[in-house]
Amino acid sequence: MAAVLPQPLVKSTRKAARKGAGSAVGRTQSSVLAPWILPVLLIAGWQAASQLGWLSSRILPEPWAVAKAFWTLAASGELWVHLRTSLWRAISGFAIGAGLGLALGLLTGSFRRAETLLDTTLQMVRNIPALALIPLVILWFGIDETAKLFLLAVGVFFPVYLNTFHGIRSADQGLIEMARSYGLSGWPLYRDVILPAALPSILVGVRFSLGLVWVLLIVAETISAQAGIGYMTMNAREFLQTDVVLVGILLYALLGKAADLLSRGLEKRFLRWNPAYR
Amino acid sequence: MNISTALFDVPGLSRPGRQSASACAPAPAKRQGVSLALEGLSKSFGEREVLKNVRLELEPGEFVAVVGRSGCGKSTLLRAIAGLETADEGSIAIGKGAIGASIRIMFQEARLLPWKTVLENVALGLPRSLNAAAATLSTVGLAERADDWPAELSGGQRQRVALARALLHEPQLLLLDEPLGALDALTRIEMQQLIEALWLQRGFTAVLVTHDVQEALALADRVVLIEDGRITLDLKVDLPRPRARGNAAFAALEQRLLGSILHQPEALRQAAAA
Repeated sequence: MAAVLPQPLVKSTRKAARKGAGSAVGRTQSSVLAPWILPVLLIAGWQAASQLGWLSSRILPEPWAVAKAFWTLAASGELWVHLRTSLWRAISGFAIGAGLGLALGLLTGSFRRAETLLDTTLQMVRNIPALALIPLVILWFGIDETAKLFLLAVGVFFPVYLNTFHGIRSADQGLIEMARSYGLSGWPLYRDVILPAALPSILVGVRFSLGLVWVLLIVAETISAQAGIGYMTMNAREFLQTDVVLVGILLYALLGKAADLLSRGLEKRFLRWNPAYR
Repeated sequence: MNISTALFDVPGLSRPGRQSASACAPAPAKRQGVSLALEGLSKSFGEREVLKNVRLELEPGEFVAVVGRSGCGKSTLLRAIAGLETADEGSIAIGKGAIGASIRIMFQEARLLPWKTVLENVALGLPRSLNAAAATLSTVGLAERADDWPAELSGGQRQRVALARALLHEPQLLLLDEPLGALDALTRIEMQQLIEALWLQRGFTAVLVTHDVQEALALADRVVLIEDGRITLDLKVDLPRPRARGNAAFAALEQRLLGSILHQPEALRQAAAA
């Protein structure tokens, strides 16, 4: 339509865009800081309440004590051992569960026959809470790593499976018809049309699973683990080290946030064509 | 959306400089259209008969518009020609030779792949001909939008990309399924002029399905009216191109066509024309 627009109008829109860019710098600064105002206020209030004697250190130690406990654990190297163990479990459990979910979701989404064969079974299994399997898992795999990985993988599998299946099935039929009429079929059709159409949905599943992985991990690590953040927290509870318990809980919060940032990064990278993700 | 005026000076294609503008594109073969013959075409969806014994013949390079109310079967007819629907009865013969003719269809929505850039969309199905795609993109006036995402274009621009995508395949038969139906009036007229210019230049056979009588009369050599799955009118449009809509002959034809669609008795039609 620009051809029809009179020249001055075009210029003024450009000027407005430049003005917008100037104030955008201030806006990004405040939008970076704004999410952290509430956590900082909470911690300040918490510290004040402890110092005024409103909170017993047995129930909730002051933030400063938590920070000191964090520092002691980090300096002794104990924290990193636990963190590494937990991260390793989370990553491998996620890789197995999400990988299988993606593969089976693609299979049942793409082939009707696979759906008829597998989907009913999977839907039944889906309704069993992963954590309800703990007694059985302990009987099957004992209490070592396999049991924990199995629990994580089962929990993570379903969000990825369901969203992949749904993404493939809800791919725009109009686009597929168009691509076929332009001679695309088989793998090129799958790669260029069906998979990208399913990608937003698949990434929703991945994001959901990345959040779920930490919830499952903290439970899995209470099954007689020898290391890991869950183990560290349970152990501290035995000795009434409330500060260490809090370090563990805060670590989970930070790891959850990191996983969320990662999945958002993935969305930004892979869905940059979609204005909703820019 | 900047439409270069060059698009509209159709006589310009007789100038030798015109071809060099799209130098990378293989020079379109003169008069590349094919003939099309439909014989006794019938199609029903369940109980409902959508096409009843349709017979239609097109000369190579002819531009035929198919008009009718919504649900009359005109889109099904086009989709049957495109091979997107299989007819229950009857035959569709495209071209005379044994070689399969190249047919392309434009839909009401542009149907661009949102995850591919404009240029990649044009080159769909021919990923090795990016240079030719860029040249075709410039013939629809969108050369500088090659690297943008389809989401960043307006509706009219998206349809122009879809047109470029169809033209890159050098179609001998171009099927247009109400491609301008969702555009605003001004953009629609620009697109009509663009389609006419490219048709005159390349000489493909074209079938345009539309519910816009003016659009049909502005573009087509012949307008075919479909009612209830049957062809009830086949009107030759003998107006010189480019056609001015205000023209008395144009208005008379429009009245006649509208009258047939609305089933107005002749007397009423004359009263309306007066």
